[in-house]
Amino acid sequence: MMTTHLPETGHPLADTAARFVWLLPLLPLLGFLINGALALTAAAKIGPDDPSAGHGHHNDHDAAHGHDAHDHGHGHDDHHPVRHPHAGIVSLVGPGVLLAAFGLAVAIFLAMKGTKMEEPYVLDLFRWMPVGDLKINAAFQLDPLSMVMVMIITGIGSLIHIFSVGYMQDDPGYPRYFAYLNLFVFFMLLLVLGANYPLMFVGWEGVGLCSYLLIGFWFSEEANANAGKKAFIVNRIGDFGFLIAMFLLFANIGTLDYVGVAEAASKLPVGGAVITAICLFFFLGCTGKSAQIPLYVWLPDAMAGPTPVSALIHAATMVTAGVYLIARSSILFSMAPTASLTVALVGGLTALFAATIGLKQWDIKKVLAYSTVSQLGYMFVGVGVGAYTAGVFHLMTHAFFKALLFLGSGSVIFAMHRAYHATHNHDDAQDMRNMGGLRKFMPVTWALMWIATLAIAGIPPFAGFFSKDEILGTVFARANAGPLSTASLLGIPGHSVLLLVYVIGLASALLTAIYMTRMMIYTFHGPNRTGAAEQPHLAEAPWIMTGPLIVLGVLSAFGGWLNLPELLPIGPIGTLEHWLEPVVGAATARMAGAGEHVAVNTEWVLIGVAVAIAVVGMSIAFARLKPALLVPKSASPEAEGFAKVLEHKYYVDEFYDDAVVQPLKGLSSTVLWKGVDAGIIDGLFVNGSAAVTRALGWLGAQVQSGQVGTYAWVLVIGVLALLGAFTSGR
Amino acid sequence: MLAESLALSAALFAIGVVGVLTRRNAMIVFMCVELMLNAVNLSFVALSRLYGATGQVFVIFVMTVAAAEAAVGLAIVIAIFRHKQSVDLQNINLLRG
Repeated sequence: MMTTHLPETGHPLADTAARFVWLLPLLPLLGFLINGALALTAAAKIGPDDPSAGHGHHNDHDAAHGHDAHDHGHGHDDHHPVRHPHAGIVSLVGPGVLLAAFGLAVAIFLAMKGTKMEEPYVLDLFRWMPVGDLKINAAFQLDPLSMVMVMIITGIGSLIHIFSVGYMQDDPGYPRYFAYLNLFVFFMLLLVLGANYPLMFVGWEGVGLCSYLLIGFWFSEEANANAGKKAFIVNRIGDFGFLIAMFLLFANIGTLDYVGVAEAASKLPVGGAVITAICLFFFLGCTGKSAQIPLYVWLPDAMAGPTPVSALIHAATMVTAGVYLIARSSILFSMAPTASLTVALVGGLTALFAATIGLKQWDIKKVLAYSTVSQLGYMFVGVGVGAYTAGVFHLMTHAFFKALLFLGSGSVIFAMHRAYHATHNHDDAQDMRNMGGLRKFMPVTWALMWIATLAIAGIPPFAGFFSKDEILGTVFARANAGPLSTASLLGIPGHSVLLLVYVIGLASALLTAIYMTRMMIYTFHGPNRTGAAEQPHLAEAPWIMTGPLIVLGVLSAFGGWLNLPELLPIGPIGTLEHWLEPVVGAATARMAGAGEHVAVNTEWVLIGVAVAIAVVGMSIAFARLKPALLVPKSASPEAEGFAKVLEHKYYVDEFYDDAVVQPLKGLSSTVLWKGVDAGIIDGLFVNGSAAVTRALGWLGAQVQSGQVGTYAWVLVIGVLALLGAFTSGR
Repeated sequence: MLAESLALSAALFAIGVVGVLTRRNAMIVFMCVELMLNAVNLSFVALSRLYGATGQVFVIFVMTVAAAEAAVGLAIVIAIFRHKQSVDLQNINLLRG
């Protein structure tokens, strides 16, 4: 059934750097092997007698170690943690392989830029699963979409690796950290480069594994280990959807590679049950990996990991895999309007829901985590309404500014933790109420964080404005024309659904501006609340950390130029849109229908509204929060009313615990364990079969009396019976 | 002549069977088994007049095996007697299930 796409020697990319595409994932894998080996050898050497062994996880500088770290962290008078013995070579290998991969990616990008990409370049490596009709090759696919993702992963990844060299410098698990981080990049590249869904699934699972390993990186704290488990288990639910979708695809189309699916999908009826089911199951996978309602709960907890991990995995790359999946399957989604409406609606609701929670979080990383969930919601709104380019565009700009925000918060936490560490203070280094006035101590971080904040709030001309505005503008356009407006979701006409999504999007934009400004005010403005003793220890992070921040700052400021709208001709128009046209063009056209454009005047009004909302949001935050009146955590009153509900994240975790986890535990222990396992399996099957055998044996034993006379009688009777039987026939 | 021989053989065999079934002394049971073997030998010899000398050859084999069996069987009976001070078969039920 499946047409195998052998390396097309005729493809224009075949003779360029693109033929080394297999090297892209291999480089980080190599880094993983080297760093992993170093981690293992070092771990084997440190014995119980080694004085540095007792130095352990807790005593070291775990900048992002969270709330409980302080109970352990200041017991010793050791302000000069010993660096890991292999730290030098790890610092070269870890970021080195990433930079090499980025260099290769740039070379491939330049090659692709010079060619006309009508067809994707598919490089078959080997036959992976030839089973009957199912023929899956291990193959890489290079096309504009995977190229964009590769550039983000290797580019942002390199910056975050470099930042990590500074951030994690004193951690005893330094080589292990880089081994995991390299492994993550390997799987992430596999995810975006795979030429078929099963290969993508391998990457999908692999990044989940690395996410688990890195969330629980400081696993000696039970809370961190639990956060890792939570992420892994919640993602399993989504992965089940991904698998079902793949099964449905194979059962109905007979192939699983992208090129084949794109060719064969047109045979299915548009809006039919099959294609809608496939898309909805794929979207279930997305809700897990990309933290959408109802499976978003793992992402805020994932902040237990080191902060650069949050920046790379839980903001810039892995969590956007769902958006990539939908953009990659844009042909399928454009044929299923109901599923697309669901995607848009769920994305919108998530954006609003997470943004409200972000309003009342105190942990700086938690604010950013909910902000990420919210922004992912925007991306799904984009790909849901068929603005695939806009979704990917927002993915990209979000990678820029959210990585910057996370790394910036990392450098804040780094400074806070050092200060508390120096003075043996056990207070919370991540609570914004304990910060304040950091602008004076960390001017570079302050300025860069403001750029990122303006970008995420949607203030022109920063990157986020362009991508967010494009998404909202498309929602408005699709609500009024095109197949989505005439489709329906659960009986509600698509027109109303999309208008609702538009309003929700605007509301979320307002909230985004508020909570981000609130975070900046609490962190950087007003007087310092850290403590008089700590203030002399507060300082800017080293250059190896601020350097990547500056690069990201430039990207956050000017990333919007990558895809300018026609209304603002301040540079080349729609670069990204033209770039992605071969991949998502057909699907976008189908979703747009006849009425692609709204009137120019309306568009100006929409832009004006969006900008006004962002400005209003920031003004509200400045009006409500007077920096001089803020108090440290220890002096803060308990939240009341709705604020308390928000601070407790709508009690969703508690609800899931009561509604899902506890019933499941109850069911497991009463029915499944004591009933099925102990009762039926152990009792009936295992012990039951033993009892039956024993009873039969007892019956047989009764015959064996041991009396020779009895045996002789039986023998004679038997002989007589045989004689009778043989002779009676005569 | 043949009929009488076979009748005698059958009678001896029946006596042997009844002895095996009814007696409790191991020695007597043992002798009854020998009686049955010899009853069979008698019929072999008798029938050899009709069917050739093969039956007589077989008798030699049976006597050889019977001698070996007697040696082993008596040794077992002696061993049991030493162990139990009795050769009553009802007391010997070590193989009870």
